[in-house]
Amino acid sequence: MASAPAVPVSSSATLPLSIDGLVKRFGALTAVDGVSLDVRQSECLGLLGPNGAGKSTVIRAIVGRVIPDSGSITLFGARADSTAARESLGWVPQELAIYPRLTCRENLTAFGRYHGLAGKQLAESVAWCLDWAALQDRAKDLAGKLSGGMKRRLNMAAGIIHRPRVVLMDEPTVGVDPQSRNRIFEMIEALRAQGTAIVYTTHYMEEAERLCDRIAIIDHGRIIALGTKEELVHNAFASRSQVLARFAGSEDRIAAWVESHGGRIVDSTAEFTIERSIEIGTLLESAAKDGFELEDVSLRRPNLESVFLHLTGRELRE
Amino acid sequence: MILPIVRTALVSLRRDRAALALAFMLPVGFFTIFAVIFGGMHDTTPKITVILVDEDQSAASHQLAQGLEREASLTVLLRPASKEKSAQPDYTAATAEAAVKAGDSPVALIIPKSFGQHPIAFGPSENATQIELLNDASDMIAPQVVSGLLQKAAMTSMPVTMAEQGMKYTDRYIGGLTPAQRKTMESNLDDLRKLQSSGSLNTASSSAGGFSGGIVSVHARAVVGEDKKSPAVSYYAAAVGVMFLLFTASGSAGALLDEAESGTLDRVLSSRVTMTSLLAGKLTYNTLLAFTQLTVMFVWASAVFHVDLAGHIPGFIVMGISTAVAVAAFGMLLASMCHTRAQLGAISTLLILAMSSIGGSMFPRYLMPENMQKAGMFTINAWAIEGFTKVFWRDLPVTALWQQVSVLIGVAIVLFLVARRIARRWEFA
Repeated sequence: MASAPAVPVSSSATLPLSIDGLVKRFGALTAVDGVSLDVRQSECLGLLGPNGAGKSTVIRAIVGRVIPDSGSITLFGARADSTAARESLGWVPQELAIYPRLTCRENLTAFGRYHGLAGKQLAESVAWCLDWAALQDRAKDLAGKLSGGMKRRLNMAAGIIHRPRVVLMDEPTVGVDPQSRNRIFEMIEALRAQGTAIVYTTHYMEEAERLCDRIAIIDHGRIIALGTKEELVHNAFASRSQVLARFAGSEDRIAAWVESHGGRIVDSTAEFTIERSIEIGTLLESAAKDGFELEDVSLRRPNLESVFLHLTGRELRE
Repeated sequence: MILPIVRTALVSLRRDRAALALAFMLPVGFFTIFAVIFGGMHDTTPKITVILVDEDQSAASHQLAQGLEREASLTVLLRPASKEKSAQPDYTAATAEAAVKAGDSPVALIIPKSFGQHPIAFGPSENATQIELLNDASDMIAPQVVSGLLQKAAMTSMPVTMAEQGMKYTDRYIGGLTPAQRKTMESNLDDLRKLQSSGSLNTASSSAGGFSGGIVSVHARAVVGEDKKSPAVSYYAAAVGVMFLLFTASGSAGALLDEAESGTLDRVLSSRVTMTSLLAGKLTYNTLLAFTQLTVMFVWASAVFHVDLAGHIPGFIVMGISTAVAVAAFGMLLASMCHTRAQLGAISTLLILAMSSIGGSMFPRYLMPENMQKAGMFTINAWAIEGFTKVFWRDLPVTALWQQVSVLIGVAIVLFLVARRIARRWEFA
C-alpha cells in the first residue's frame, strides 16, 4: 500500500471534495443511501465495493451526471454544479469515452477545447497529457487503433486535460493486462505527487491496497467502513489472524466439522479466525482426532478481502 | 441442425423491433403509397389546372370555354383566386403568361380575337385562327392532356359551328349549292341551333377520346424552360439531392447515439459544453455537411448536365442553406427520439422514403392525385424542390423564395426545439 502522505486538517471550504448525506434513488431502488465522505488534498480515496454497490452512482453524482435526491456535494467549498467546481474536477469514466476516429492528439485537443482551453495553454496541456500517458509516440495514431491499455491511458488523459485538482477515476483498469495496469498505477501516483486529490473506484482489492490512502467500503449504497487499510483490518479483526487449511475427505463432512469449530469454507479452503497463533495447534489436533487428513495449512493476516467478507458476508467479486 | 438455427434467428428477429419494422411495415407502407399514387384511388384522379383567356368573346369561344369547363379532369381558371373577397380581374394574355411563369398553373389557353370567324380548321393548309397554348416545360404531361381535351371540347361543344363550317367547306369545294339545297341546309342548321340553345343537345358526352387530329388549331409555346437544355435535370438534382440529404443528416445525427452509448456524451456534458450548445454544434455541422452535399450535386449537374449553376448562385445559396438546416434539424430530431442506431436506421428509412415519395423526390408531384399532392406539402422535400425549381427552372429572383425559405427555416426551428426537449433524457439521471 502507498504510504499515506501528511494530510493537513481542512475545513469543508478548503476540502477538495466533501459529500454530505448523499441519497439517490432510481424508482424503488436506492442506489446511494446517505453517503458522506471527505477527500483531502493529495489524497487517494478508494471506493471499494462489488458491482452494483453504488460506486459509479456516487461518482456520477459528483460529476453532475446524476441529480441527487438529497445531500450536498462541494468542491473546494463550491457547489458541484457550479462552474468553479466543474473546472476543478476531472472525470475518467469507466467506459472508453473517446472518439475512435480521432488521433490521440486530436482527442485531447477536442476535450481540452470543451473545457475552454485554447492556444498555447491547450498545446501545453495536450503535450503534458501525452507525456503523462506515455503516448507521445502514438500522438498521430487513431484512438480506435490503439491497444486496450493505450486506449485506457488516453481515456484517463482526456479526463485530466484541463489539469483539475480533483480527479474521479471510475474503474480505470477494467480489462487491461498487468503491464498496462502497472503503467496506469504510475500515472496515478504521478498525479498524486502533484497534489491532486483522487477518488478511485474499483472492485480489485489489490488496487485499493496499492493506491489508496484511505478506503471506503461501499455496499448496497452505504459506506460500511472507512479508514486506512490498517484501520479497517484492525477494526474488523483487532489482532486476530486467519488460519487457512485444506483437508482430504468428504466435502460435506469437512464443511460440517469446520462450521462446528467456528470456521467457514471459502473456495474449498477452511478459514478460521484465531486470537493467538498457538490456537493453530489445538485446531489441527482436533482435526486429526476427528479423522481429517491435513493437506495444507497457512497463517494469514486479514486483508481488505477479509474485511469485506467479515462486514458483508460476501466476497468482493460476487 | 437447421431447425435450431431457424428458431434462434426467429427469436432474435422478434426481439429486434427495428428489424421487424423494416421487414414488414416498410414494404406494406410503400406499397400503400405507390398504390395510392398510381392506382386504386380513382376518385382522386389528378386534375390539371388550366388558365383560360377568352379575348374573342364570341359564341364559338364561349361554347369552347364552356366545353372545357365541363371537363372533369380540368380545373379552368378565368381569374386569379380571390383574396379577401375582393374580385380579381379576368386573366389577360400577359397575366396568364406571368401566372404560368410563376408556377400558378402549368398551362394557359388564349383564345384570340378572331377565333369566332375561323374557329375550326379541316386540314393543315387552312388559315384557322390559332389558339395559343402557353405551358411550363417542366410539366410534360399537362400540355398534352389540355391539348387533347381542347380538341375534344371543340368536337362536342360546338356542333353548330362544326356544321356551319362543314357546309361552308362543302359549298366551297364541291360546287355551288342550289337555292333549294341552301334553304334546306339553313333550315337544318336552325334546328340544330335551337336544340343546342334549349340544352337538349348533350354536348358533354363524347366518344372522341384519343382524338388528336387538330380540329382546332393550336400553337403551343413553352414560356418556362424553353431555353433549358436538360429540362428534368435541375428538378432531379434537387429532388434526389434532398432525399439523400435526409439520409445523410439522420445518419450523421446518429453519432449522438454512438456517443451516448460509448459514454463520450456524458464526458462532454461534464465539461463546459451544455446540451443546448452540443445540439447546436451538431446542427451546424450537419447543416454544413448537407449544404456541401448539395453543392457537390449541383456542381456535378452543372459540369455534366449543363444545369446553369453559375447563373443562379444567390438562389442556390439561399435554398441550399434553408434546405440543409431543415434536413439537419430533422436528423437531430430522429436521433434524439431513438434509443439505438438500429432504431434510427429503421425509422429514418421508413420516414425518409415516405417523405421522398409523396414529397416529389421520386416522381413529380403533379403526377399524383390531388390529396397526395396536398399531403406532400407536409414534407421537407416538396418545399425544397419547389424552391429549387423556382430558382433553376423559373429563373425567379431570391425574393420569390420567401415562402419556401420561411417554411423550411420554420420547420428547422420547430424540429430543433422538439429535439432539444427530447434530449433532456441524456442530460441527467
